[in-house]
Amino acid sequence: MNLVFIDQAEGHIKKASFEAASYAAQTAALMGTTAEAIVLGTVSDDLTALGRYGITKVHTVADANLNEFDAQVYTQLIAEAVKATGADVLVFANTTTAKAVAPRLSVKLKAGLVSGAVALPDISNGFTVKKSVFSGKAFANIAVTTAIRIIAVNLNAFTIQEVEGSATVVPFTVQPISSKVKVSGVDKITGEVPLGEADIVVSGGRGLKGPENWGLVTELAGLLNAATACSRPVADIHWRPHHEHVGQTGLAIAPNLYIAIGISGAIQHLAGVNRSKTIVVINKDPEAPFFKAADYGIVGDAFEVVPKMIDAVKKMKGIA
Amino acid sequence: MKILVCISKTPDTTAKIAFTDNNTKFATDGIQWIINPYDEWYALVRAIELKEADAGVTIHLVNVGTAESEPIIRKALALGGDAAFRVNTLEEDSYFVAAQIAAIAREGAYDIVFTGKETIDYNGSSIGGMVAELLDLPYISHAVKFDLSGNTATVVREIEGGEETDQVSLPIVVSCQKGMAEQRIPNMKGIMGARTKPLTVSEPVTADILTRVASFDLPPAKAGVKLVSAEHPEELIRLLHEEAKAI
Ligand SMILES: Cc1cc2nc3c(=O)[nH]c(=O)nc-3n(C[C@H](O)[C@H](O)[C@H](O)COP(=O)(O)OP(=O)(O)OC[C@H]3O[C@@H](n4cnc5c(N)ncnc54)[C@H](O)[C@@H]3O)c2cc1C
Ligand SMILES: Nc1ncnc2c1ncn2[C@@H]1O[C@H](COP(=O)(O)O)[C@@H](O)[C@H]1O
Repeated sequence: MNLVFIDQAEGHIKKASFEAASYAAQTAALMGTTAEAIVLGTVSDDLTALGRYGITKVHTVADANLNEFDAQVYTQLIAEAVKATGADVLVFANTTTAKAVAPRLSVKLKAGLVSGAVALPDISNGFTVKKSVFSGKAFANIAVTTAIRIIAVNLNAFTIQEVEGSATVVPFTVQPISSKVKVSGVDKITGEVPLGEADIVVSGGRGLKGPENWGLVTELAGLLNAATACSRPVADIHWRPHHEHVGQTGLAIAPNLYIAIGISGAIQHLAGVNRSKTIVVINKDPEAPFFKAADYGIVGDAFEVVPKMIDAVKKMKGIA
Repeated sequence: MKILVCISKTPDTTAKIAFTDNNTKFATDGIQWIINPYDEWYALVRAIELKEADAGVTIHLVNVGTAESEPIIRKALALGGDAAFRVNTLEEDSYFVAAQIAAIAREGAYDIVFTGKETIDYNGSSIGGMVAELLDLPYISHAVKFDLSGNTATVVREIEGGEETDQVSLPIVVSCQKGMAEQRIPNMKGIMGARTKPLTVSEPVTADILTRVASFDLPPAKAGVKLVSAEHPEELIRLLHEEAKAI
Protein backbone atom coordinates (compact mmCIF):
# COMPACT_ATOMS: atom_id res chain seq x y z
CA MET A 1 0.00 0.00 0.00
CA ASN A 2 1.14 3.53 -0.78
CA LEU A 3 0.44 6.42 1.54
CA VAL A 4 0.65 10.08 0.52
CA PHE A 5 0.89 12.96 2.97
CA ILE A 6 -1.48 15.75 1.93
CA ASP A 7 -0.12 19.13 3.00
CA GLN A 8 -2.55 21.91 3.79
CA ALA A 9 -2.38 25.57 4.73
CA GLU A 10 -5.33 27.53 6.12
CA GLY A 11 -7.65 24.64 5.43
CA HIS A 12 -6.74 24.29 1.76
CA ILE A 13 -4.80 21.50 0.14
CA LYS A 14 -1.52 22.74 -1.37
CA LYS A 15 -1.35 22.40 -5.15
CA ALA A 16 1.84 20.36 -4.88
CA SER A 17 -0.02 17.73 -2.86
CA PHE A 18 -2.30 16.90 -5.81
CA GLU A 19 0.83 16.07 -7.80
CA ALA A 20 2.08 13.95 -4.91
CA ALA A 21 -1.31 12.18 -4.70
CA SER A 22 -1.24 11.36 -8.39
CA TYR A 23 2.38 10.21 -8.07
CA ALA A 24 1.41 7.90 -5.19
CA ALA A 25 -1.52 6.50 -7.17
CA GLN A 26 0.54 5.88 -10.29
CA THR A 27 3.31 4.26 -8.24
CA ALA A 28 0.68 2.08 -6.59
CA ALA A 29 -0.62 1.04 -10.01
CA LEU A 30 2.90 0.02 -11.04
CA MET A 31 3.20 -2.05 -7.87
CA GLY A 32 -0.27 -3.58 -8.14
CA THR A 33 -1.60 -1.94 -5.00
CA THR A 34 -3.68 1.07 -3.94
CA ALA A 35 -2.89 4.54 -2.63
CA GLU A 36 -4.33 6.17 0.47
CA ALA A 37 -3.75 9.58 2.01
CA ILE A 38 -3.18 11.14 5.43
CA VAL A 39 -4.26 14.69 6.25
CA LEU A 40 -3.39 16.49 9.49
CA GLY A 41 -5.34 19.46 10.86
CA THR A 42 -8.73 20.87 9.95
CA VAL A 43 -9.40 21.13 6.22
CA SER A 44 -12.30 22.93 4.55
CA ASP A 45 -11.66 21.50 1.05
CA ASP A 46 -13.64 18.43 -0.03
CA LEU A 47 -11.30 15.52 0.66
CA THR A 48 -13.36 12.97 -1.29
CA ALA A 49 -12.13 14.86 -4.38
CA LEU A 50 -8.69 13.30 -3.83
CA GLY A 51 -10.30 10.33 -5.58
CA ARG A 52 -9.82 12.22 -8.83
CA TYR A 53 -6.07 11.82 -8.32
CA GLY A 54 -6.41 8.10 -7.71
CA ILE A 55 -6.62 8.06 -3.91
CA THR A 56 -9.03 5.47 -2.51
CA LYS A 57 -9.09 6.39 1.17
CA VAL A 58 -8.20 9.50 3.19
CA HIS A 59 -7.23 9.20 6.85
CA THR A 60 -7.76 12.45 8.73
CA VAL A 61 -6.65 13.68 12.12
CA ALA A 62 -8.93 16.74 12.28
CA ASP A 63 -7.32 18.31 15.33
CA ALA A 64 -7.09 22.12 15.11
CA ASN A 65 -3.82 22.06 17.12
CA LEU A 66 -2.24 20.43 14.08
CA ASN A 67 -2.87 23.51 11.94
CA GLU A 68 0.32 24.76 13.59
CA PHE A 69 3.18 22.79 12.13
CA ASP A 70 5.68 20.96 14.31
CA ALA A 71 8.00 18.50 12.59
CA GLN A 72 8.21 16.24 15.65
CA VAL A 73 4.45 15.97 16.10
CA TYR A 74 3.82 15.43 12.39
CA THR A 75 6.51 12.76 12.32
CA GLN A 76 4.88 10.84 15.16
CA LEU A 77 1.41 10.95 13.54
CA ILE A 78 2.56 10.02 10.05
CA ALA A 79 4.69 7.18 11.43
CA GLU A 80 1.62 5.83 13.25
CA ALA A 81 -0.40 6.08 10.04
CA VAL A 82 2.28 4.18 8.14
CA LYS A 83 2.20 1.42 10.76
CA ALA A 84 -1.61 1.29 10.93
CA THR A 85 -2.03 1.10 7.14
CA GLY A 86 0.98 -1.12 6.52
CA ALA A 87 2.23 1.30 3.85
CA ASP A 88 5.58 0.47 2.26
CA VAL A 89 5.83 3.60 0.10
CA LEU A 90 5.29 7.03 1.64
CA VAL A 91 5.00 9.99 -0.74
CA PHE A 92 5.36 13.73 -0.05
CA ALA A 93 5.29 16.82 -2.22
CA ASN A 94 8.78 18.26 -1.73
CA THR A 95 7.56 21.35 0.15
CA THR A 96 9.10 22.97 3.23
CA THR A 97 6.89 20.67 5.31
CA ALA A 98 8.28 17.57 3.63
CA LYS A 99 11.83 18.82 4.00
CA ALA A 100 11.32 19.05 7.76
CA VAL A 101 9.33 15.84 8.23
CA ALA A 102 10.51 13.29 5.66
CA PRO A 103 14.11 13.07 7.00
CA ARG A 104 12.78 12.51 10.52
CA LEU A 105 10.51 9.74 9.24
CA SER A 106 13.43 8.22 7.38
CA VAL A 107 15.14 7.74 10.74
CA LYS A 108 12.03 6.75 12.70
CA LEU A 109 10.92 4.15 10.13
CA LYS A 110 14.43 3.17 8.99
CA ALA A 111 13.16 4.01 5.52
CA GLY A 112 15.40 5.18 2.67
CA LEU A 113 14.51 8.70 1.54
CA VAL A 114 14.69 10.17 -1.95
CA SER A 115 13.99 13.90 -1.87
CA GLY A 116 13.56 15.87 -5.07
CA ALA A 117 12.21 12.96 -7.13
CA VAL A 118 11.40 13.82 -10.74
CA ALA A 119 10.01 10.54 -12.12
CA LEU A 120 8.04 7.47 -11.06
CA PRO A 121 10.11 4.74 -9.42
CA ASP A 122 11.68 2.09 -11.60
CA ILE A 123 10.69 -1.23 -10.02
CA SER A 124 12.04 -3.47 -12.77
CA ASN A 125 15.09 -4.34 -10.69
CA GLY A 126 14.76 -3.32 -7.06
CA PHE A 127 13.37 0.15 -6.35
CA THR A 128 15.14 3.10 -7.97
CA VAL A 129 14.00 6.71 -8.06
CA LYS A 130 15.39 9.49 -10.24
CA LYS A 131 16.13 12.70 -8.37
CA SER A 132 17.49 16.10 -9.25
CA VAL A 133 21.11 16.70 -8.11
CA PHE A 134 23.79 19.37 -8.63
CA SER A 135 21.08 22.04 -8.37
CA GLY A 136 19.24 20.82 -11.46
CA LYS A 137 22.35 20.27 -13.57
CA ALA A 138 22.06 16.45 -13.41
CA PHE A 139 19.98 13.56 -12.14
CA ALA A 140 20.88 10.65 -9.89
CA ASN A 141 19.09 7.32 -9.87
CA ILE A 142 18.84 6.34 -6.23
CA ALA A 143 18.40 2.70 -5.28
CA VAL A 144 16.41 2.38 -2.07
CA THR A 145 17.16 -0.83 -0.24
CA THR A 146 14.79 -0.62 2.75
CA ALA A 147 11.36 -2.25 3.25
CA ILE A 148 9.66 1.15 3.53
CA ARG A 149 10.65 3.89 1.06
CA ILE A 150 9.98 7.61 1.31
CA ILE A 151 9.78 9.80 -1.80
CA ALA A 152 9.46 13.60 -1.85
CA VAL A 153 8.39 14.65 -5.35
CA ASN A 154 9.60 17.94 -6.80
CA LEU A 155 6.99 20.49 -7.72
CA ASN A 156 6.01 20.66 -11.42
CA ALA A 157 8.27 17.70 -12.21
CA PHE A 158 5.52 15.25 -12.76
CA THR A 159 2.22 15.32 -14.67
CA ILE A 160 -1.01 14.75 -12.79
CA GLN A 161 -3.28 12.05 -14.20
CA GLU A 162 -6.91 12.67 -13.37
CA VAL A 163 -9.19 9.65 -13.03
CA GLU A 164 -12.85 9.02 -12.18
CA GLY A 165 -13.39 8.35 -8.53
CA SER A 166 -14.13 9.56 -5.07
CA ALA A 167 -12.15 8.81 -1.92
CA THR A 168 -13.71 7.67 1.33
CA VAL A 169 -12.75 9.80 4.31
CA VAL A 170 -12.13 8.08 7.64
CA PRO A 171 -10.95 9.54 10.94
CA PHE A 172 -7.60 8.25 12.15
CA THR A 173 -7.59 8.06 15.93
CA VAL A 174 -4.27 8.86 17.50
CA GLN A 175 -3.07 10.97 20.42
CA PRO A 176 -0.57 13.61 19.26
CA ILE A 177 2.47 14.19 21.49
CA SER A 178 2.71 17.72 22.86
CA SER A 179 4.56 20.26 20.75
CA LYS A 180 7.81 21.92 21.79
CA VAL A 181 7.49 24.59 19.09
CA LYS A 182 5.30 27.65 19.55
CA VAL A 183 4.29 29.35 16.31
CA SER A 184 4.08 33.05 17.12
CA GLY A 185 3.31 34.45 13.69
CA VAL A 186 2.84 33.74 10.01
CA ASP A 187 3.60 36.33 7.36
CA LYS A 188 2.23 35.55 3.92
CA ILE A 189 3.13 37.60 0.91
CA THR A 190 -0.38 38.40 -0.26
CA GLY A 191 -1.72 39.48 -3.61
CA GLU A 192 1.06 37.80 -5.56
CA VAL A 193 1.29 34.42 -7.22
CA PRO A 194 3.67 32.39 -4.95
CA LEU A 195 6.91 31.98 -6.90
CA GLY A 196 7.50 28.32 -6.05
CA GLU A 197 4.06 27.29 -7.30
CA ALA A 198 3.70 29.57 -10.31
CA ASP A 199 3.03 28.18 -13.79
CA ILE A 200 4.62 31.20 -15.42
CA VAL A 201 7.48 33.30 -14.04
CA VAL A 202 8.70 36.63 -15.44
CA SER A 203 12.17 37.48 -14.17
CA GLY A 204 14.42 40.51 -14.45
CA GLY A 205 18.18 41.04 -14.15
CA ARG A 206 20.67 43.84 -13.90
CA GLY A 207 19.97 44.65 -17.56
CA LEU A 208 16.85 46.47 -16.40
CA LYS A 209 19.10 49.21 -14.97
CA GLY A 210 17.11 50.06 -11.85
CA PRO A 211 14.05 49.31 -9.70
CA GLU A 212 12.14 52.16 -11.37
CA ASN A 213 11.97 50.07 -14.55
CA TRP A 214 10.39 47.01 -12.94
CA GLY A 215 6.96 48.05 -14.21
CA LEU A 216 7.90 46.20 -17.40
CA VAL A 217 8.32 42.95 -15.49
CA THR A 218 5.31 43.34 -13.21
CA GLU A 219 2.97 44.43 -16.00
CA LEU A 220 3.88 41.48 -18.21
CA ALA A 221 3.63 39.16 -15.19
CA GLY A 222 0.24 40.57 -14.23
CA LEU A 223 -1.14 40.00 -17.74
CA LEU A 224 0.12 36.40 -17.76
CA ASN A 225 -1.00 35.71 -14.18
CA ALA A 226 2.68 35.01 -13.52
CA ALA A 227 4.94 35.34 -10.49
CA THR A 228 7.93 37.69 -10.61
CA ALA A 229 11.53 36.72 -9.92
CA CYS A 230 15.00 38.24 -10.24
CA SER A 231 18.70 37.44 -10.43
CA ARG A 232 20.84 37.46 -7.30
CA PRO A 233 22.56 40.86 -7.75
CA VAL A 234 19.16 42.47 -8.23
CA ALA A 235 18.07 41.21 -4.81
CA ASP A 236 21.46 41.97 -3.24
CA ILE A 237 21.30 45.64 -4.30
CA HIS A 238 17.70 45.75 -3.06
CA TRP A 239 16.02 46.52 -6.35
CA ARG A 240 13.72 43.60 -5.54
CA PRO A 241 12.87 41.64 -2.36
CA HIS A 242 15.07 38.68 -1.42
CA HIS A 243 12.31 36.10 -1.79
CA GLU A 244 12.33 36.76 -5.55
CA HIS A 245 15.97 35.66 -5.93
CA VAL A 246 16.18 32.48 -8.00
CA GLY A 247 19.21 30.35 -8.72
CA GLN A 248 21.71 28.13 -7.05
CA THR A 249 21.70 30.12 -3.83
CA GLY A 250 18.10 31.30 -4.07
CA LEU A 251 14.89 29.50 -4.88
CA ALA A 252 14.99 26.69 -7.44
CA ILE A 253 11.90 26.79 -9.62
CA ALA A 254 10.45 24.69 -12.45
CA PRO A 255 7.56 26.60 -14.00
CA ASN A 256 6.00 25.82 -17.34
CA LEU A 257 7.32 29.09 -18.74
CA TYR A 258 10.26 31.21 -17.56
CA ILE A 259 10.79 34.60 -19.21
CA ALA A 260 14.20 36.12 -18.43
CA ILE A 261 14.65 39.81 -19.20
CA GLY A 262 18.11 41.41 -19.02
CA ILE A 263 19.65 38.39 -17.27
CA SER A 264 23.00 37.12 -18.57
CA GLY A 265 22.38 33.46 -17.68
CA ALA A 266 25.32 32.79 -15.36
CA ILE A 267 25.69 29.14 -14.42
CA GLN A 268 24.49 29.84 -10.87
CA HIS A 269 21.36 31.50 -12.19
CA LEU A 270 20.65 28.66 -14.62
CA ALA A 271 20.98 26.13 -11.82
CA GLY A 272 17.77 27.41 -10.27
CA VAL A 273 15.68 27.76 -13.42
CA ASN A 274 16.84 25.19 -15.95
CA ARG A 275 14.10 22.73 -15.03
CA SER A 276 11.56 25.18 -16.48
CA LYS A 277 9.68 23.61 -19.40
CA THR A 278 9.99 26.55 -21.80
CA ILE A 279 12.62 29.27 -21.40
CA VAL A 280 12.38 32.65 -23.14
CA VAL A 281 15.32 35.07 -23.08
CA ILE A 282 15.26 38.78 -23.90
CA ASN A 283 18.81 40.16 -23.95
CA LYS A 284 20.54 42.79 -26.06
CA ASP A 285 23.76 40.78 -26.20
CA PRO A 286 23.60 37.92 -28.74
CA GLU A 287 26.53 36.28 -26.87
CA ALA A 288 24.67 36.15 -23.53
CA PRO A 289 25.09 32.58 -22.22
CA PHE A 290 21.38 32.39 -21.45
CA PHE A 291 20.54 31.91 -25.15
CA LYS A 292 22.23 28.49 -25.02
CA ALA A 293 19.71 27.35 -22.42
CA ALA A 294 16.71 29.02 -24.05
CA ASP A 295 13.90 27.69 -26.22
CA TYR A 296 12.91 31.09 -27.60
CA GLY A 297 14.75 34.37 -27.60
CA ILE A 298 14.88 37.92 -28.84
CA VAL A 299 18.18 39.72 -29.22
CA GLY A 300 17.16 43.26 -28.46
CA ASP A 301 16.75 46.09 -26.00
CA ALA A 302 14.31 45.14 -23.25
CA PHE A 303 13.03 48.70 -23.09
CA GLU A 304 11.82 48.41 -26.68
CA VAL A 305 10.96 44.71 -26.86
CA VAL A 306 9.01 44.18 -23.63
CA PRO A 307 6.43 46.98 -24.20
CA LYS A 308 5.67 45.39 -27.58
CA MET A 309 5.31 41.98 -25.92
CA ILE A 310 2.91 43.54 -23.42
CA ASP A 311 0.84 45.00 -26.28
CA ALA A 312 0.79 41.66 -28.07
CA VAL A 313 -0.39 39.81 -24.94
CA LYS A 314 -3.10 42.43 -24.41
CA LYS A 315 -4.24 41.96 -27.99
CA MET A 316 -4.22 38.20 -27.61
CA LYS A 317 -6.32 38.46 -24.46
CA GLY A 318 -8.61 41.01 -26.07
CA ILE A 319 -7.69 43.72 -23.54
CA ALA A 320 -6.23 46.29 -25.90
CA MET B 1 26.62 27.87 25.11
CA LYS B 2 27.95 25.31 22.61
CA ILE B 3 27.15 25.39 18.90
CA LEU B 4 27.95 22.62 16.44
CA VAL B 5 28.10 23.67 12.77
CA CYS B 6 27.89 20.92 10.12
CA ILE B 7 30.22 21.63 7.24
CA SER B 8 30.17 19.73 3.98
CA LYS B 9 32.51 19.83 1.03
CA THR B 10 30.97 20.51 -2.39
CA PRO B 11 32.23 21.29 -5.89
CA ASP B 12 32.35 25.03 -6.51
CA THR B 13 29.26 26.53 -8.15
CA THR B 14 30.87 26.86 -11.59
CA ALA B 15 32.14 23.26 -11.66
CA LYS B 16 31.53 21.29 -14.83
CA ILE B 17 29.18 18.45 -14.02
CA ALA B 18 30.31 15.23 -15.69
CA PHE B 19 30.44 11.54 -14.75
CA THR B 20 32.84 8.65 -15.18
CA ASP B 21 32.85 4.87 -14.64
CA ASN B 22 29.77 4.26 -16.74
CA ASN B 23 27.98 7.27 -15.23
CA THR B 24 28.30 5.98 -11.69
CA LYS B 25 30.87 8.48 -10.36
CA PHE B 26 31.14 12.25 -10.37
CA ALA B 27 34.19 13.34 -12.39
CA THR B 28 36.36 15.09 -9.81
CA ASP B 29 39.28 15.95 -12.11
CA GLY B 30 40.02 19.66 -11.94
CA ILE B 31 37.20 20.29 -9.48
CA GLN B 32 37.66 23.07 -6.92
CA TRP B 33 36.19 22.10 -3.58
CA ILE B 34 34.48 24.65 -1.41
CA ILE B 35 32.53 24.71 1.83
CA ASN B 36 28.90 24.18 0.86
CA PRO B 37 27.68 27.81 0.51
CA TYR B 38 24.72 27.41 2.89
CA ASP B 39 26.98 25.95 5.58
CA GLU B 40 29.58 28.68 5.22
CA TRP B 41 27.61 31.83 4.49
CA TYR B 42 24.65 31.24 6.74
CA ALA B 43 25.17 28.48 9.35
CA LEU B 44 28.77 29.27 10.23
CA VAL B 45 28.58 33.06 9.97
CA ARG B 46 25.44 33.18 12.15
CA ALA B 47 27.25 31.06 14.74
CA ILE B 48 30.19 33.47 14.62
CA GLU B 49 27.85 36.43 15.10
CA LEU B 50 26.33 34.75 18.16
CA LYS B 51 29.84 34.27 19.54
CA GLU B 52 30.68 37.91 18.86
CA ALA B 53 27.61 38.92 20.82
CA ASP B 54 28.37 36.56 23.72
CA ALA B 55 31.92 35.51 24.54
CA GLY B 56 30.51 32.46 26.33
CA VAL B 57 29.72 30.82 22.99
CA THR B 58 31.95 28.02 21.69
CA ILE B 59 31.75 26.94 18.03
CA HIS B 60 32.68 23.42 16.99
CA LEU B 61 32.65 22.21 13.40
CA VAL B 62 31.96 18.74 12.14
CA ASN B 63 32.65 17.25 8.75
CA VAL B 64 32.03 13.68 7.68
CA GLY B 65 34.59 13.04 4.99
CA THR B 66 38.03 11.88 3.99
CA ALA B 67 41.30 13.81 4.36
CA GLU B 68 40.30 15.71 1.20
CA SER B 69 38.01 17.75 3.44
CA GLU B 70 40.85 19.23 5.49
CA PRO B 71 41.31 22.42 3.41
CA ILE B 72 37.66 23.35 3.75
CA ILE B 73 37.72 22.56 7.47
CA ARG B 74 40.76 24.84 7.90
CA LYS B 75 38.96 27.57 6.01
CA ALA B 76 35.95 27.24 8.31
CA LEU B 77 38.28 27.44 11.31
CA ALA B 78 39.86 30.55 9.77
CA LEU B 79 36.44 32.15 9.49
CA GLY B 80 35.82 31.56 13.17
CA GLY B 81 35.27 28.00 14.42
CA ASP B 82 37.06 27.15 17.69
CA ALA B 83 37.71 23.46 17.02
CA ALA B 84 36.75 20.86 14.46
CA PHE B 85 35.91 17.18 14.18
CA ARG B 86 36.35 15.12 11.07
CA VAL B 87 34.80 11.68 10.89
CA ASN B 88 37.10 9.84 8.56
CA THR B 89 34.83 8.08 6.06
CA LEU B 90 33.16 8.36 2.68
CA GLU B 91 29.70 9.89 2.75
CA GLU B 92 27.84 6.61 2.19
CA ASP B 93 24.36 8.10 2.24
CA SER B 94 22.39 10.79 4.11
CA TYR B 95 21.38 8.48 6.94
CA PHE B 96 24.92 7.22 7.44
CA VAL B 97 26.30 10.78 7.53
CA ALA B 98 23.55 11.94 9.90
CA ALA B 99 24.37 9.06 12.26
CA GLN B 100 28.02 10.21 12.37
CA ILE B 101 27.03 13.80 13.09
CA ALA B 102 24.54 12.68 15.75
CA ALA B 103 27.27 10.66 17.50
CA ILE B 104 29.54 13.73 17.67
CA ALA B 105 26.62 15.93 18.75
CA ARG B 106 25.60 13.56 21.55
CA GLU B 107 29.16 13.42 22.86
CA GLY B 108 29.50 17.22 22.96
CA ALA B 109 26.01 18.01 24.37
CA TYR B 110 25.50 21.04 22.12
CA ASP B 111 22.78 23.63 22.64
CA ILE B 112 22.44 24.33 18.94
CA VAL B 113 23.26 22.25 15.86
CA PHE B 114 23.34 24.33 12.68
CA THR B 115 23.31 22.81 9.19
CA GLY B 116 22.92 24.38 5.76
CA LYS B 117 19.51 24.06 4.09
CA GLU B 118 20.97 21.63 1.57
CA THR B 119 24.19 20.57 -0.11
CA ILE B 120 24.52 21.99 -3.62
CA ASP B 121 25.64 18.62 -5.00
CA TYR B 122 23.25 16.08 -3.50
CA ASN B 123 20.42 18.56 -2.74
CA GLY B 124 19.10 16.26 -0.04
CA SER B 125 17.81 18.81 2.46
CA SER B 126 17.79 15.76 4.68
CA ILE B 127 20.68 15.58 7.06
CA GLY B 128 19.53 18.26 9.53
CA GLY B 129 16.15 16.58 10.00
CA MET B 130 17.77 13.18 10.38
CA VAL B 131 20.18 14.47 13.02
CA ALA B 132 17.27 16.04 14.90
CA GLU B 133 15.32 12.79 14.91
CA LEU B 134 18.37 10.79 15.98
CA LEU B 135 18.83 13.20 18.90
CA ASP B 136 15.07 13.52 19.53
CA LEU B 137 15.28 17.31 19.30
CA PRO B 138 13.04 19.92 17.68
CA TYR B 139 14.07 20.87 14.15
CA ILE B 140 13.43 24.13 12.34
CA SER B 141 14.33 23.92 8.67
CA HIS B 142 14.97 26.69 6.13
CA ALA B 143 15.64 29.30 8.80
CA VAL B 144 16.11 32.85 7.49
CA LYS B 145 16.57 34.44 10.93
CA PHE B 146 17.74 33.14 14.30
CA ASP B 147 17.84 35.02 17.58
CA LEU B 148 18.48 33.93 21.13
CA SER B 149 17.11 35.18 24.37
CA GLY B 150 18.44 33.11 27.24
CA ASN B 151 17.44 29.54 26.54
CA THR B 152 14.78 30.38 23.96
CA ALA B 153 15.39 30.68 20.25
CA THR B 154 13.17 32.76 18.00
CA VAL B 155 13.50 31.37 14.50
CA VAL B 156 11.92 32.68 11.32
CA ARG B 157 11.60 29.96 8.73
CA GLU B 158 10.54 30.01 5.10
CA ILE B 159 7.20 28.49 4.24
CA GLU B 160 5.48 28.37 0.85
CA GLY B 161 4.66 31.97 -0.06
CA GLY B 162 5.82 33.51 3.21
CA GLU B 163 7.53 33.17 6.56
CA GLU B 164 6.66 31.74 9.94
CA THR B 165 8.09 32.73 13.32
CA ASP B 166 8.65 29.98 15.89
CA GLN B 167 9.73 29.98 19.52
CA VAL B 168 11.63 26.94 20.72
CA SER B 169 13.65 26.07 23.82
CA LEU B 170 17.19 24.81 23.34
CA PRO B 171 18.63 22.34 22.49
CA ILE B 172 17.58 22.49 18.87
CA VAL B 173 18.66 21.64 15.30
CA VAL B 174 18.29 24.39 12.67
CA SER B 175 18.96 24.35 8.93
CA CYS B 176 20.06 27.73 7.59
CA GLN B 177 19.56 29.65 4.37
CA LYS B 178 19.80 33.11 2.88
CA GLY B 179 18.81 35.86 5.29
CA MET B 180 20.51 34.35 8.35
CA ALA B 181 23.77 36.22 7.85
CA GLU B 182 26.01 37.81 5.24
CA GLN B 183 28.94 36.06 3.61
CA ARG B 184 32.37 36.86 5.14
CA ILE B 185 35.93 36.51 3.93
CA PRO B 186 38.55 35.10 6.33
CA ASN B 187 41.20 37.61 7.42
CA MET B 188 44.93 37.00 7.86
CA LYS B 189 44.69 36.67 11.62
CA GLY B 190 41.98 34.04 11.21
CA ILE B 191 43.99 32.13 8.62
CA MET B 192 47.10 32.09 10.82
CA GLY B 193 45.10 31.15 13.91
CA ALA B 194 43.35 28.31 12.12
CA ARG B 195 46.58 26.36 11.76
CA THR B 196 46.83 25.73 15.46
CA LYS B 197 43.18 25.16 16.25
CA PRO B 198 42.38 21.56 17.21
CA LEU B 199 41.11 19.25 14.46
CA THR B 200 40.19 15.86 15.86
CA VAL B 201 39.89 12.95 13.46
CA SER B 202 37.80 9.97 14.49
CA GLU B 203 36.65 6.75 12.86
CA PRO B 204 32.97 6.33 11.94
CA VAL B 205 30.42 4.64 14.18
CA THR B 206 28.51 1.69 12.73
CA ALA B 207 25.40 2.86 10.92
CA ASP B 208 23.01 1.56 8.28
CA ILE B 209 23.07 2.66 4.66
CA LEU B 210 19.53 3.05 3.33
CA THR B 211 20.10 4.34 -0.20
CA ARG B 212 22.75 4.11 -2.89
CA VAL B 213 23.43 6.10 -6.06
CA ALA B 214 22.96 3.58 -8.88
CA SER B 215 23.86 5.99 -11.67
CA PHE B 216 23.79 9.59 -12.86
CA ASP B 217 22.23 11.15 -15.97
CA LEU B 218 22.72 14.52 -17.58
CA PRO B 219 19.59 16.33 -18.78
CA PRO B 220 18.97 16.03 -22.54
CA ALA B 221 20.55 18.88 -24.47
CA LYS B 222 18.22 21.68 -25.55
CA ALA B 223 17.23 21.61 -29.20
CA GLY B 224 18.57 25.13 -29.62
CA VAL B 225 17.03 28.54 -29.31
CA LYS B 226 14.47 29.81 -31.81
CA LEU B 227 15.23 33.48 -32.30
CA VAL B 228 12.53 36.01 -33.13
CA SER B 229 13.32 39.45 -34.57
CA ALA B 230 13.34 42.35 -32.12
CA GLU B 231 11.08 44.15 -34.57
CA HIS B 232 8.33 41.56 -34.06
CA PRO B 233 7.88 40.58 -30.41
CA GLU B 234 4.23 39.76 -31.26
CA GLU B 235 5.59 36.77 -33.19
CA LEU B 236 7.17 35.50 -29.95
CA ILE B 237 3.85 35.81 -28.16
CA ARG B 238 2.17 33.90 -31.01
CA LEU B 239 4.76 31.09 -30.78
CA LEU B 240 4.38 30.87 -27.00
CA HIS B 241 0.64 30.59 -27.45
CA GLU B 242 0.35 28.33 -30.48
CA GLU B 243 3.57 26.30 -30.55
CA ALA B 244 4.80 26.02 -26.96
CA LYS B 245 1.22 26.26 -25.61
CA ALA B 246 2.76 28.03 -22.63
CA ILE B 247 0.43 31.06 -22.48
C1 LIG C 1 28.65 31.12 -5.32
C2 LIG C 1 27.77 31.95 -6.20
C3 LIG C 1 26.39 31.76 -6.15
C4 LIG C 1 25.55 32.51 -6.98
N1 LIG C 1 24.21 32.29 -6.93
C5 LIG C 1 23.39 32.96 -7.79
C6 LIG C 1 21.99 32.72 -7.82
O1 LIG C 1 21.46 31.92 -7.05
N2 LIG C 1 21.23 33.41 -8.70
C7 LIG C 1 21.74 34.33 -9.57
O2 LIG C 1 20.98 34.92 -10.36
N3 LIG C 1 23.07 34.59 -9.56
C8 LIG C 1 23.90 33.94 -8.69
N4 LIG C 1 25.23 34.23 -8.68
C9 LIG C 1 25.70 35.39 -9.49
C10 LIG C 1 25.92 35.04 -10.94
O3 LIG C 1 27.23 34.51 -11.10
C11 LIG C 1 25.78 36.31 -11.82
O4 LIG C 1 26.68 37.29 -11.36
C12 LIG C 1 24.38 36.91 -11.82
O5 LIG C 1 23.40 35.91 -12.09
C13 LIG C 1 24.28 38.00 -12.85
O6 LIG C 1 23.05 38.68 -12.75
P1 LIG C 1 22.42 39.41 -14.02
O7 LIG C 1 22.33 38.48 -15.15
O8 LIG C 1 21.16 40.06 -13.54
O9 LIG C 1 23.46 40.59 -14.29
P2 LIG C 1 24.60 40.76 -15.39
O10 LIG C 1 25.54 39.61 -15.41
O11 LIG C 1 25.13 42.12 -15.18
O12 LIG C 1 23.82 40.67 -16.76
C14 LIG C 1 22.95 41.65 -17.23
C15 LIG C 1 22.50 41.22 -18.61
O13 LIG C 1 21.55 42.16 -19.09
C16 LIG C 1 21.81 42.39 -20.47
N5 LIG C 1 21.31 43.75 -20.76
C17 LIG C 1 21.83 44.93 -20.41
N6 LIG C 1 21.05 45.94 -20.83
C18 LIG C 1 20.02 45.38 -21.49
C19 LIG C 1 18.89 45.91 -22.16
N7 LIG C 1 18.65 47.22 -22.25
N8 LIG C 1 18.01 45.04 -22.72
C20 LIG C 1 18.24 43.68 -22.66
N9 LIG C 1 19.29 43.14 -22.02
C21 LIG C 1 20.17 43.98 -21.44
C22 LIG C 1 23.30 42.27 -20.63
O14 LIG C 1 23.63 41.92 -21.97
C23 LIG C 1 23.62 41.13 -19.63
O15 LIG C 1 23.58 39.87 -20.28
C24 LIG C 1 26.09 33.50 -7.85
C25 LIG C 1 27.47 33.68 -7.89
C26 LIG C 1 28.31 32.92 -7.08
C27 LIG C 1 29.79 33.14 -7.17
N1 LIG D 1 29.55 15.10 4.97
C1 LIG D 1 29.00 16.03 5.75
N2 LIG D 1 29.64 16.43 6.87
C2 LIG D 1 29.09 17.35 7.69
N3 LIG D 1 27.90 17.95 7.45
C3 LIG D 1 27.23 17.58 6.35
C4 LIG D 1 27.74 16.60 5.45
N4 LIG D 1 26.85 16.46 4.43
C5 LIG D 1 25.84 17.32 4.69
N5 LIG D 1 26.05 18.00 5.85
C6 LIG D 1 25.19 19.04 6.46
O1 LIG D 1 23.83 18.74 6.17
C7 LIG D 1 23.24 19.78 5.39
C8 LIG D 1 22.21 19.22 4.44
O2 LIG D 1 22.80 18.29 3.56
P1 LIG D 1 21.93 17.42 2.55
O3 LIG D 1 20.91 16.70 3.33
O4 LIG D 1 22.90 16.53 1.86
O5 LIG D 1 21.31 18.41 1.58
C9 LIG D 1 24.43 20.50 4.74
O6 LIG D 1 24.11 21.83 4.40
C10 LIG D 1 25.49 20.39 5.83
O7 LIG D 1 25.31 21.40 6.82
